[in-house]
Amino acid sequence: MLGLKKADLRLFLIVVGLVVFAPFLLNPFPESVGMAQFNAGYPDLMQKLVIFGIFAVGYNILFGLTGYLSFGHAAFLGVGSYSGVWMMKLLTMNVIPALIVSVIAAGLFSLLIGYVSLRRTGIYFSILTLAFAQMCYSLAYSVLTPITGGETGLTLSLSDPRILGAAQAADGNIPAAHIFGLGMGESAELVLGDWSFTFNVGYYLSGIVMLVAFYLAIRLFRSPFGLMLRAIKSNQTRMSYTGLNPRPYALAAFVISGMYAGLAGGLMVAMDPLAGAERMLWTASGEVVLMTILGGAGTLIGPILGAGVIVYLESIISTINSSVLHGWFNALPDWLENTLVNIMYPFVGSGWHLTLGLVFMLVVIFLPGGIVEGGKRIAGVFKRNRAEPSGDIKKSAEPGE
Amino acid sequence: MEAIILQILNGLDKGSAYALIALGLTLIFGTLGVVNFAHGALFMMGAFVAVTLKRVLSISFDTIDETRIDFLGNPMVVSTPYVEVWFGPSVGGTIIDWAVPLAVIVAIPIMALIGIIMERGLIRHFYKRPHADQILVTFGLAIVLQEIIKAFYGANPIPTPSPEAFIGSYDFGVLLGFDPFSIMYPYWRLVYFGFAAVIIGAVFAFLRFTTFGMVVRAGMEDREMVGLLGIDIDRRFVIMFAIAAVVAGLAGVMYAPILSPNYHMGMDFLVLSFVVVVVGGMGSLPGAVAAGFLLGVLQSFASMSEIIELVPGINQVVIYLVAVIVLLIRPRGLLGRKGVMED
Repeated sequence: MLGLKKADLRLFLIVVGLVVFAPFLLNPFPESVGMAQFNAGYPDLMQKLVIFGIFAVGYNILFGLTGYLSFGHAAFLGVGSYSGVWMMKLLTMNVIPALIVSVIAAGLFSLLIGYVSLRRTGIYFSILTLAFAQMCYSLAYSVLTPITGGETGLTLSLSDPRILGAAQAADGNIPAAHIFGLGMGESAELVLGDWSFTFNVGYYLSGIVMLVAFYLAIRLFRSPFGLMLRAIKSNQTRMSYTGLNPRPYALAAFVISGMYAGLAGGLMVAMDPLAGAERMLWTASGEVVLMTILGGAGTLIGPILGAGVIVYLESIISTINSSVLHGWFNALPDWLENTLVNIMYPFVGSGWHLTLGLVFMLVVIFLPGGIVEGGKRIAGVFKRNRAEPSGDIKKSAEPGE
Repeated sequence: MEAIILQILNGLDKGSAYALIALGLTLIFGTLGVVNFAHGALFMMGAFVAVTLKRVLSISFDTIDETRIDFLGNPMVVSTPYVEVWFGPSVGGTIIDWAVPLAVIVAIPIMALIGIIMERGLIRHFYKRPHADQILVTFGLAIVLQEIIKAFYGANPIPTPSPEAFIGSYDFGVLLGFDPFSIMYPYWRLVYFGFAAVIIGAVFAFLRFTTFGMVVRAGMEDREMVGLLGIDIDRRFVIMFAIAAVVAGLAGVMYAPILSPNYHMGMDFLVLSFVVVVVGGMGSLPGAVAAGFLLGVLQSFASMSEIIELVPGINQVVIYLVAVIVLLIRPRGLLGRKGVMED
């Protein structure tokens, strides 16, 4: 079905299920209990989860398949964001044109940068993309202020010349982003006893876009083109000896992943019409690398998992403060409570980046394949227990070089 | 003419910092073949050694001086640093004043230790892994290091002034026969430039004129061959890593009065230092130093108001632009050797 193999179809349907039922799945705790702080079922966070999912899925097409480590993808996200806001300022508050233009603008931009950067491989490529991204960031911050809003960022204003739509809403405010009249901020609330679930228009729009993007990524992974990209990663020299020029393929992958990043940027703007230069900072590029690696580069589901884990942990961990910690260890003796709180405190709240860096290092050191590889290893342990004598099944499955 | 000389001088101190960091990066890359994204963090930690030493030296106790009254009418609380008690007020005061230069001495063992721990504990396990993995793990390490510093010292820059003797500026205008006050240059930046020159000279002399340095250079040429000759090249490379860490750390220590240390200064310098290494030529030590100064000066030229008027924003991007052009036209870098990481 849908041109997918059975296993891929199952994976895709699982992701569809996750996206559709996320408002339930992410809100497992009733409002009143203390565990409610681990709930993630509110619109902002759910939107962020799927948007970064798109970003990571796109990045994975480049990094996971071709092995080119780009440190500049945040630039494309930024370009997508800026062009999205400009569409809203100039044309209409409907998000469709904004999304389309974001993708196109990021695609063109990545074509330009990719064409230059892909003349080199390895660390040179990484440094080139890093240099380009930093350049874009500095420019957006300084000279391009008329276009990008500089330090304050690009926002909508009441005097925007919106051609297909009013500059002001009826109540005199800036009109809200919508899709054919359905506002991004609108949500339906479902209250079941102590639980309350929010179904947000913006989230479901992002979710649908993410599913489409994911579906396309699966098709791409399984296509002959995807095979070519893998060939670039495994042995570029051999590929060129067989008479194939790797560069157009790599460039295509670069542009596609840039378009994914632009799409993510456009969606961010659709959810919250505001774009700032800090979205293009190289640490932002680093973050998408982290997501992809954490989930498992080169796997289908990995980037989505990685993005989900990082975005979720970021929002949850950074809200924990010392009083919350004290609350957790309340039952323990005072000295133990204080020791535990003191140990954990640097890692939560504003120390979230420390946790992130540590997790990232541990993953790169011990689990280069990310969560997906971890899952496979755990599954492997169970399988081996069942089928005792043949211990080296896994080895025979490795493709010969 | 004055403006040009001034810009060259202005570029020198930043260029010195770039050159020192890039020198360390190149040493590590040349010996161990590792791309160290945590090198900027070492620079930053050096700066914080200076901050810490200043704080340690200023540890003081409070006494209540009944004879004097503060602005609220209460007896004045006078805090006296222990150093002043031990060494007398004048010597003690001088020691605190000279905390930054003193930190150089303290920083050498500390940074060497950090370097050795980093190499033995982490980077050693990544020699056989692809470059991407090395970049990623050192990137993670850089995040961790800077977050640790942030947890201890907070997110705000910490002003760390130079010794009082170096506050103020030297008037190059008089020296070079221009109008007085036309070319003013802070003393401390002169000191920094001289310091950087000494360090760079020392590293080169060490590699050039000692047996140890000769072995290391041989190892950079052909590691396997040196190993087959029965020399424990790994141990020497570890020491080179420590030296690179010390160089970055000292660059940071002395830079503290120029730029108040904050936890992300390492990252800011790292990106530029990478560009410097690439422009100079991966694995070429003279290239790293030359490109460091060159780009520093270029950047300060691009910040001249006349040039900004001509090409707006050029001061922000000139370094990256140069890097892009160099990589595309001469991928091995200005002084890079043929065949080293050229693809």
